[in-house]
Amino acid sequence: MENPGRTQPVLTARGAGFVGCRACGRVNPPDARTCVRCRSAIEPDDPASLQRVWAWLAAGLIAYVPANIYPMLRTTTLGHTSENTLIGGVVELLSHGAYGVGLIVFVASIVIPVAKFIAIAYLAVSVRRPAALGSHGRQVLFEVVEFIGRWSMIDVFVVAILSALVQLDFAAAINPGAAAVSFALSVAFTMLAAQSFDPRLIWNANERVQVT
Amino acid sequence: MSSATTIDPTMLTACPVCDALHRDQEVPPHRTARCARCGTVLAAPRSGAMTRITMLAATALILMIAAVLFPFLELSAQGLSQRASVLDAVLAFSTGLMAPLSLAVAFLIVLLPAARYLAILYALAPMALGWHPARHAIAAFRWAERIKPWAMAEIFIIGVAVALVKVAGLARVELGPAFWAFAALVVVTIIKDNYICRPTVWKTLEERSRS
Ligand SMILES: [Zn+2]
Ligand SMILES: [Zn+2]
Repeated sequence: MENPGRTQPVLTARGAGFVGCRACGRVNPPDARTCVRCRSAIEPDDPASLQRVWAWLAAGLIAYVPANIYPMLRTTTLGHTSENTLIGGVVELLSHGAYGVGLIVFVASIVIPVAKFIAIAYLAVSVRRPAALGSHGRQVLFEVVEFIGRWSMIDVFVVAILSALVQLDFAAAINPGAAAVSFALSVAFTMLAAQSFDPRLIWNANERVQVT
Repeated sequence: MSSATTIDPTMLTACPVCDALHRDQEVPPHRTARCARCGTVLAAPRSGAMTRITMLAATALILMIAAVLFPFLELSAQGLSQRASVLDAVLAFSTGLMAPLSLAVAFLIVLLPAARYLAILYALAPMALGWHPARHAIAAFRWAERIKPWAMAEIFIIGVAVALVKVAGLARVELGPAFWAFAALVVVTIIKDNYICRPTVWKTLEERSRS
């Protein structure tokens, strides 16, 4: 495939008076509401769509606070009950010498969520002004955020499995805590924030900067 | 040169990521066409891809049924033992305030992955057999792509590994047949998604629906 507009800047669907479909790549007439090929809703690459990104991101941040405060797990062994928070679970794994698994849980439930909040905010801000990172760099950042964000769900699944498995009456029982719900919500909201971000804004913003 | 009136939109592809326009050309099998600006794959025709995707989706569906029905993990401590299936893990949150979470886990690890395999089968199996696409094939494939990030079977497997380490000090744990079915399911899903080239599938769906 060759690009018909070889000269700088690159000819885009919008530049040619059309609108491209983000789902299938079909070129649609500019006033199209749904794609003629895949019937997905068509949204123009308008910076106004960033409002949705910010809204989901804020919801994700708010849900992340109780996820760190309330207990994730409630463990009862021989009549004695102990509660574990998100960080507490990591500390316990490390104290038992399970460094590899402790690291996985630490990365999945602390590093990835925090890095995702920062990365999405950076992408949304960079669309409005010249960014230090080039278009290719930001595109890679966006793909990494989209790919890796789902993996934070690990901790929720661990809680589900443990609660199902460890129900040995008096000997040992594990039950989920309130943080499991707010953490799951936080991950879901940040995934929605990443999905609401339109990567075309990265490239078109770059164009606008180059022109001036 | 870029006046809209001289351009036929059916002969063009807009990059789904950066919006750059490309003229549609026949891409030979086993070659990959990428966006000239951002490098996104625009076309990657593979011979027999439709057949392979269909077979893999069917395999995944069968494995999913096995994974849900058979015991997943068995735990024993001080003479007591407990078996858990995937269904038990899903129902772990089913009491009180945790009920919505139970539903969410069911969706993420069983219902959405299964729905996705079914939708892909419905959309692509008729084409793999050389027939016309089914009536709602376009809607089915659109949904299959939309729920892709929310189908989290592979993440669940890692969760199982972490859970095993956590209870290792507490009790003895054995893996049931469903664990291996689930692990195989993850591998099959990754191979299948590797074969799916979205723009190529869409183009084929459009062409075959019309003719
Ligand atoms: Zn489309
Ligand atoms: Zn591109």
